[in-house]
Amino acid sequence: MNRIYDLQFTIYDLKSIIISKTRVFVGGSIIIFLLLTAIFAPLIAPYNPKEQNLYEGLNTPDHKHPLGQDRLGRDILSRVIYGSRISLLVGILVVGISSLIGVTIGSISGYIGGKADEIIMRFCDIVLAFPGILLAIAIMSVLGPSLNNVIIALCAMGWVSYTRLIRAQILSLREREFVVAVDSLGGSSSRIILRHLLPNVISPLIVEATFGMAGTIIAEAGLSFLGLGVQPPNPSWGSMLNEGRQFLLIAPHLTIFPGLAIMITVLGFNFLGDGIRDLMDVKR
Amino acid sequence: MRNYIIKRFFLFFPVIIGVLTLVFLIIHLIPGDPVELMLGENAQISDKEKLRTDLGLNKPIIDQYFTFMINAFKGDLGRSIHSQKPVFATILERFPATLELTLCAILAAVLISIPLGIIAAYRQYSIFDNGSMFLSLLGISIPNFWLGPLLIILFSVMLGWLPVAGRGGISHIILPSITLGTALSSILSRMTRSSMIDSLKEEYVTTARAKGLSENVVVIKHALSNAMIPIITIVGLQSGALLSGAIITETIFSWPGIGRLTIQAINTRDYPLLQGCILIISLSYVVVNLITDILYAYFDPRIKYE
Repeated sequence: MNRIYDLQFTIYDLKSIIISKTRVFVGGSIIIFLLLTAIFAPLIAPYNPKEQNLYEGLNTPDHKHPLGQDRLGRDILSRVIYGSRISLLVGILVVGISSLIGVTIGSISGYIGGKADEIIMRFCDIVLAFPGILLAIAIMSVLGPSLNNVIIALCAMGWVSYTRLIRAQILSLREREFVVAVDSLGGSSSRIILRHLLPNVISPLIVEATFGMAGTIIAEAGLSFLGLGVQPPNPSWGSMLNEGRQFLLIAPHLTIFPGLAIMITVLGFNFLGDGIRDLMDVKR
Repeated sequence: MRNYIIKRFFLFFPVIIGVLTLVFLIIHLIPGDPVELMLGENAQISDKEKLRTDLGLNKPIIDQYFTFMINAFKGDLGRSIHSQKPVFATILERFPATLELTLCAILAAVLISIPLGIIAAYRQYSIFDNGSMFLSLLGISIPNFWLGPLLIILFSVMLGWLPVAGRGGISHIILPSITLGTALSSILSRMTRSSMIDSLKEEYVTTARAKGLSENVVVIKHALSNAMIPIITIVGLQSGALLSGAIITETIFSWPGIGRLTIQAINTRDYPLLQGCILIISLSYVVVNLITDILYAYFDPRIKYE
């Protein structure tokens, strides 16, 4: 009876690994495709994304413009291709800066503990009291819409999850024997954190950062959709959706394609995050 | 349990004061002169001075801070620059619409996700399981500012079944609830699945089967009732987060709630109204989280505050 159960669990494990690897492959392929699109945008895009042609405004897709044209006659395919640059740039910068802040503050909070930890954690609680992108909306409404301000607003919101993650990881690692051993040999705090603790928190950090990319791209597009993010004529997927909203009833192609680009990108990062998490057996 | 609740309350008040402080700082972070930003460069000097006095911006910042905090605790959030109505009353007028939308979104999410999660867990790694989990990943990845317009194109423009926007009868709330509830539904179905998978492996489920109970009773009464605690917690925690999603959903469907009021306040640079909206949304979120935590401790007495 036990053998049957063992066999059943082995098959389950095998299926689980295959599904995880497929997710990593599918997600990774989508992201590599997007990165290449963003890098080679000037070579791939058939038109200049800012080039207007008012006589052809709101034209539906045809052989010259496969995804149609917007209100000002700009080619939607070229704008979607160039839009990937803004989404990925914001994603990479925000996740990079937020995780750097999170790793620094989280390590201090988790390793030193005491009053510093208490103050940092209470401040995190305050930032987390603003649901979703509310804090970013508030900051953008004050700073005014621009790409730099989007990055500032999303970093102001994003560092907390990394801080809490790193702190929790460091707290659980701090008492482990290998850390106690280095400590008793006279290793300095910075050496313990940099050489012994941080290498052990890389896996959960990678998973968090992958999901963070998905969240950041949606948040940037959301801010631009509300008119608070990247401003026209720069081609951002969110601001394209905002423009498309006014012509929803007569020109739905303005809405469909930029949204599809956001969904595929976010799906790619979510697939990758899910797959890596299961393969590395990381609990979020 | 009582100690946990007391400690949780002690954490609640510093957060409230922190949120109030951060919201107060927002108006003071405005680069340049906030009064000029609100009224425009060409406004008359007398109007600018009047607004400066009304908002108390001519006093030292510490005085402004304490006045703001004391007034906020009294429920006085100032007056809207444009309508001249009290901010708190304006927000209260809009609150029922947001509450209605949020509750319908939660209901839609629960009705779709829990049966989906249970079947997926029961038939782990089957086509149904993989299909429904792919759908839930799709649901998390679809931004609500795209899903909303897509639903309008399909159900309002092409099929003509449902109204495009506005608040009215049941037909008006269907599309906004689906738009707002999809992400929650996806998170919940994944949570239900993993919680049920753990629960179905427990010994009390084996015992229930050994007693000869029917599969329905085993799954629903024994496995699901024990898997419900994490599910209820997620519903609670995510319900508060829906308030932020409501900002976008209400804008798409012209739903007259706090979310749309927030965007109107930004567009008209009505900063006292904006401060009030941000404050009320955050406070509602914090209160919902507090209630969820307390209910969690009530349903699962093993929970202790570390």
